[in-house]
Amino acid sequence: MTARDEILARLRTALADGPPPVPVPRRYRRVDDRSDLIDTLVDRLEDYRAVVHRGIDALPRLLSAVDRLAVPTDVPAGWLAGYAGRLHRDAPALSPATLDELDAVLTGCAVAVADTGTIILDAGPAQGRRALTLVPDRHICVVRTDQVVGLLPEALARLDPRAPLTWISGPSATSDIELNRVEGVHGPRRLEIVLISSGA
Amino acid sequence: MSHPVAPATGGGRIRTPLPFPTAARPAVADQQLRANLHRATRTIRAKRARVVDEVPDWEALRDAGSAIKADVQRRLPELLEQFEASATAAGATVHWARDAAEACRIVVALTRAAGADEVVKVKSMATQEIELNEALEAAGIAAYETDLAELIVQLGEDTPSHILVPAIHYNRAQIREIFQRRMPDAPADLSDEPAALAEAARVHLRRRFLSARVAVSGANFAVADTGTLVVVESEGNGRMCLTLPETLISVVGVEKLLPTFTDLEVFLQLLPRSSTGERMNPYTSMWTGVTPGDGPQTVHVVLVDNGRSAVLADPVGRPALSCIRCSACLNVCPVYERAGGHAYGSVYPGPIGAILSPQLTGVADNASLPYASTLCGACYDVCPVKINIPEILVHLRQQAPHPPAERATMGVLSWVMRSPRRWAAALRLARAGAGPLGAYRERRTGARTLRRLPWPASAWTRSRDLPLPAPQTFREWWEKQ
Ligand code: SF4
Repeated sequence: MTARDEILARLRTALADGPPPVPVPRRYRRVDDRSDLIDTLVDRLEDYRAVVHRGIDALPRLLSAVDRLAVPTDVPAGWLAGYAGRLHRDAPALSPATLDELDAVLTGCAVAVADTGTIILDAGPAQGRRALTLVPDRHICVVRTDQVVGLLPEALARLDPRAPLTWISGPSATSDIELNRVEGVHGPRRLEIVLISSGA
Repeated sequence: MSHPVAPATGGGRIRTPLPFPTAARPAVADQQLRANLHRATRTIRAKRARVVDEVPDWEALRDAGSAIKADVQRRLPELLEQFEASATAAGATVHWARDAAEACRIVVALTRAAGADEVVKVKSMATQEIELNEALEAAGIAAYETDLAELIVQLGEDTPSHILVPAIHYNRAQIREIFQRRMPDAPADLSDEPAALAEAARVHLRRRFLSARVAVSGANFAVADTGTLVVVESEGNGRMCLTLPETLISVVGVEKLLPTFTDLEVFLQLLPRSSTGERMNPYTSMWTGVTPGDGPQTVHVVLVDNGRSAVLADPVGRPALSCIRCSACLNVCPVYERAGGHAYGSVYPGPIGAILSPQLTGVADNASLPYASTLCGACYDVCPVKINIPEILVHLRQQAPHPPAERATMGVLSWVMRSPRRWAAALRLARAGAGPLGAYRERRTGARTLRRLPWPASAWTRSRDLPLPAPQTFREWWEKQ
């Protein structure tokens, strides 16, 4: 008997008492009724030490301090207007060693969750592959206001489960030393969010 | 008709080599250790309470989480088959392991097949349980733990003492000392500031991440309808391991399943707030098989039984398989705080360990663990999936070898606990300082008396190591039943 068949048979025997069906009560909130979603998002992002900038105009100023910038191949041209530094497009794919030498990466996101201050990347438009937002030490992420939802259930409903998903809530951190949150371990140690309006 | 296949107990690091009271003795005597544990558990309790209090529908989330897990247990065989089909369709290869030894053999073979002699590892209870690092080492494969706390424990040649923070028993000065002694690239003037210690770990592991070819992970959740695996973490070491290597091997206990992707909306709210006391942990990664051009192109999943079928076979003990390893029950447990994690022997310490380990191995092999509790009920109150740990403890005590008097007392307690109504009534009495659970209140007020009570309560005192209500009160309660 294969391990698979044996394990499945064991589990079936274990359930010989025939436990009854379990109804799942879903009385939790699935839609946020807060009117101040954007303010909540900003509050929660800042609480976990992300830096938030408002308006697309913040971008050129931010990028002017970045010498070597990684971007996904489909980064909107408007985001790079006036950028004078060295641009590294991820085509052909940048090696981890190259990414490690760059100063920052600029991407968009798929969804942002106000309640938890979380941005979610799904490798969709303007996001690129996962390594891109992982190895550089600074991640600048553009969030459109129409990408902001209130609660986690609203975010999950917008995601394609088959896409590789990265949920980011603040910069890399650890609570392993005396259980205090300390920013900055292996992921990007600086996380900056640029909030832009839906049309931009 | 063929004979039914019996559920089987498991092996690996889930056995207590010494009876709990004996194993706990050095820890209880170690002032530094107790101070570290007290400080850390107090910090995390306060953080958890803060972020749980801000969620208006917390109880509704717990109810949903508990029911989803009960549903998973009921449908485990079919959900596993569904997971296998979805993950395989997405490009993953699914393997099955009856026990710890078989799981280790599979991982060793896959690592060799990838031509690697080292692996980077994301913190995972399952791989600790099956003693994978030892198996890899025996096969000439170096395993590098990359989670900060795991790294501290590995460099210190120690074993983890907490589910979430395996190095909870060390303070910053001790961590600095371990780094200076065992980490060749640590700066000579390394301070004990947590930020400096984190930086040292970053530098130490950077090259290894960028060049690693094989990673080994666990998974917090495995989604049956999509074949998705989920890893919840903080530091980014998880993302490094899950993204950069060519080959990814994930070792997943069969109980980790969730029926649907949508169910994550419950668990990703429950887990971070219960474990690190954050609204959301810094990083959560989800992957479904292979994504061309993004991340590992060879993806393996090893589904492990190792005693879980035996847990499933006991209708009273079964809910132990609902555990999402948040560690909230450890942080509120008065016994854990005094004894520390090592006393539990198994990789699963604290209240969850006291019920899970004996069920994974069979009670006879871990007979002292169900007694490593005061039955105060604090673990049940905080558990995000509402596992009635006290009830299962009492149930397991009845199975452990002990004198008939004890069995009688435990029989009554078990009867009380099996009914939510009786259990609530007993807890109410306890909160008023009476009844067999009077310790609940005394613990909160800090009063500590340990006395021997007349039979049948004497049987009960022997199995407890924290205070009891006055004998009179207990007898009154007893006689009323
Ligand atoms: S038993 Fe409950 S509280 Fe304890 S670790 Fe498991 S899920 Fe968390």
